Amino acid sequence: MENQKFIVFKLDQEFYAIPVRLVQSIERIQSITRVPNTKSFVKGIMNLRGIITPVIDLRERLKLNAKAEDDHTRVIIAHLQDDSTGLIVDEANDVIEIDESNIKPTPETFDQVQMDYITGVIKDEDRLIVLLDLNQIFNSELVQLVE
Amino acid sequence: MDTNEYLDVFIDESIENLQLVNNRLLELEATPTDVTHIQEIFRAAHTLKGMAATMGFEDLSNLTHQLENVLDQLRNETLSVTPNVLDTMFEALEALETMVDDISNGGDGKQNNGQILQSLKAIEAGEIEIDLNEKNNPNDPIHNHSSMDLDEFELTVVEQANSQGQNIFEINVSLDDECLLKAARVYMVFNIFEQYGSVIKSNPTVEELENEEFEQSFDVLFVTEENLDSLKSQILNVSEVKEVQIQNVSFNQSEIKDIATSSAEEVAATVTVEETTEESNNKSTPKPAASKSIRVNIERLDDLMNLFEELIIDRGHLEQLAQTIEHHDFKETVERMTRTSSELQNVILKMRMVPIDQVFNRFPRMVRSLSKELGKSIDLEVLGAETELDRTVIDEIGDPLVHLIRNAIDHGVETPEQRKQLGKPETGKLILKAYHSGNHVFVEIQDDGAGIHKEKVLNKAIQNQVISKEETSNLTDQQIYELIMSSGFSTAEEISDISGRGVGLDVVKNTIESLGGTIEIDSELNEGTTFSIKLPLTLSIISALLIRLNTETYAIPLSTIMETAVIQRSDIYKVQDREVIDFRGQIIPLVNLREVFNVDVTEQDQDVTEYSIVIVRKGNNLAGLIVDSFIGQKEIVLKNLGTYLKDVFGISGATILGDGEVALILDTNALIK
Repeated sequence: MENQKFIVFKLDQEFYAIPVRLVQSIERIQSITRVPNTKSFVKGIMNLRGIITPVIDLRERLKLNAKAEDDHTRVIIAHLQDDSTGLIVDEANDVIEIDESNIKPTPETFDQVQMDYITGVIKDEDRLIVLLDLNQIFNSELVQLVE
Repeated sequence: MDTNEYLDVFIDESIENLQLVNNRLLELEATPTDVTHIQEIFRAAHTLKGMAATMGFEDLSNLTHQLENVLDQLRNETLSVTPNVLDTMFEALEALETMVDDISNGGDGKQNNGQILQSLKAIEAGEIEIDLNEKNNPNDPIHNHSSMDLDEFELTVVEQANSQGQNIFEINVSLDDECLLKAARVYMVFNIFEQYGSVIKSNPTVEELENEEFEQSFDVLFVTEENLDSLKSQILNVSEVKEVQIQNVSFNQSEIKDIATSSAEEVAATVTVEETTEESNNKSTPKPAASKSIRVNIERLDDLMNLFEELIIDRGHLEQLAQTIEHHDFKETVERMTRTSSELQNVILKMRMVPIDQVFNRFPRMVRSLSKELGKSIDLEVLGAETELDRTVIDEIGDPLVHLIRNAIDHGVETPEQRKQLGKPETGKLILKAYHSGNHVFVEIQDDGAGIHKEKVLNKAIQNQVISKEETSNLTDQQIYELIMSSGFSTAEEISDISGRGVGLDVVKNTIESLGGTIEIDSELNEGTTFSIKLPLTLSIISALLIRLNTETYAIPLSTIMETAVIQRSDIYKVQDREVIDFRGQIIPLVNLREVFNVDVTEQDQDVTEYSIVIVRKGNNLAGLIVDSFIGQKEIVLKNLGTYLKDVFGISGATILGDGEVALILDTNALIK
């Protein structure tokens, strides 16, 4: 069994995680230019050190309640295939190392919308962390970001 | 020998040589008696063969070799240029191109050329005279002349060397019996020769040496001013060289003349020897004027461009700062920097320019084979092939042009019988023209064929539901022609495999528009059709007008803007529920950008009595875009929105402004209906 590292972030009081190897960097929220005629969860594009990077509102994507940006708001720049994409999260400040055997299948109590994007859950001390499947998030519908 | 680092050079040069063969074959077809073409083809084929063999591409070198044999016979006039011979050579050329293509795509260049090889061999065998072909036959035993036969050219060199008091030596180099890398050793030995003087001739020929078609020793005739002792020791230093024998040779004038007359037909062969040894003796061979140039990998130019784009963005920031900070020297420095970087931009852009000939040069053969296939007779005229375009545009423009040319041949130009009946010359004319104008390059494809039948187009469009019957009533001719580029439209009444495969001209149109260009059609029934493509000189840095919508900034490419204006609310009329204005006598539709881009409309906006509009153009169609305010003109660096956001309506890309903010670039083509 191999240990894997995950970035843990918070969305609406819940903890989520994605593998560290998919994360390019974590940025503070900065000015985002709205792109018209795109899906509502597409927040827009931002200038990430000279590279135009699309930004996704992860709360909206997972159909959670909207929340105003604050000091803790972060943009996780995830790297999938050739494109970097920013994911807005409430806060992100934790990296955990988990033995693969500690990853449990998704409990049935989860919302069906969310189920599609979840690969499993991790019990870490007293908190439950949901493992997100970025491939699903990026590929299932993101290819149709445009309305 | 590690050949990897030479692969790029090999591919480049192979493509060049194949192109040369292609051009010359076409010329040879036009003037079959002109031997110079054959010699040029032979030279190119020979160079290619040598390189392919060195690089270890056997199939490539084998086929070239067989082609060379046929060329040799043509050259010696033991075989004449017949359509059959030409066709076979074209086939061989195609096969060679496929292999080189494969290699450049990372393949191993292997291909079964059995049939073409057989055809070539059949041609060769048909009228063969053994002794004449001996020279190039690989199965032939190694030549063992004790003294070398010289042809006219070689003799001229010898003569000159003699008169200049240079020494001529015959050098025999023997390699170890165990030698494994004979070609490599030969290469090293020749390198040494070239440091000291010039190799006039070698026996066996250089090609045979490269192919290791010799036993253990070879002779060269060598001209030098240097002392030969050190030459000898250097050659002996090359590993696996067993022995070097050097003999002084002298020729007297009469001898030279005597041999000269008897061996005139070998001239071309020697010229090729010249080339492959990369020998610098050009006393009597006319070589093209050498221009001083270096090959640069396109990636490096791309890097340079990217860095420069960063610079432009920072420059934008500096300009903005200079305006806010009232400091004279600072302002002046920024202004100077702006000027210098504009010049730098021109230089960089020019470096990326390549002649459109790189795309055009494949068309003569395509037209030839297509017209043959379709039983049509077509004369292709290429004009302005030297016109230069950005490399990126060149890479993209090939396929659309192929499509349009196929289209012109298939649907445009009629069969000779039809043309005769119409009283036209039986041979159709296809003109491919490129030229510069302002910041654009125009490419035109013009045929003198049947032209576009408007009724047929309309019927077809209605039938395929591209347009409704009602909509067809007040279309201009232009608009009707443009229907053939709508998706789901194909005018070919029968589907042929040349064009009309459903994916039609709409793909062409999309490609060209994605390059920031436009395409227009002009046609006259029974007179012909002209497709005009307008392309930007470069893709990545454009001039744009920045405008504001509420708090958002957008950029409109200057190339699409006719002018800007401020109009009164009372100037706006409603026609069929659409807002229009009278612009210099022309009724043009208004497009409210706030609505298109879902910008919040505040109550206050309802009271506005004046509108700022930008008149944009797409072909002959105009539209007025309503904006909140104009910001100003700016050089911007075009960036795309990435894979996920590439198809946003009305947006073609984004750019980073001086303050680091991102502004979207309008795709005005999409906004004009």
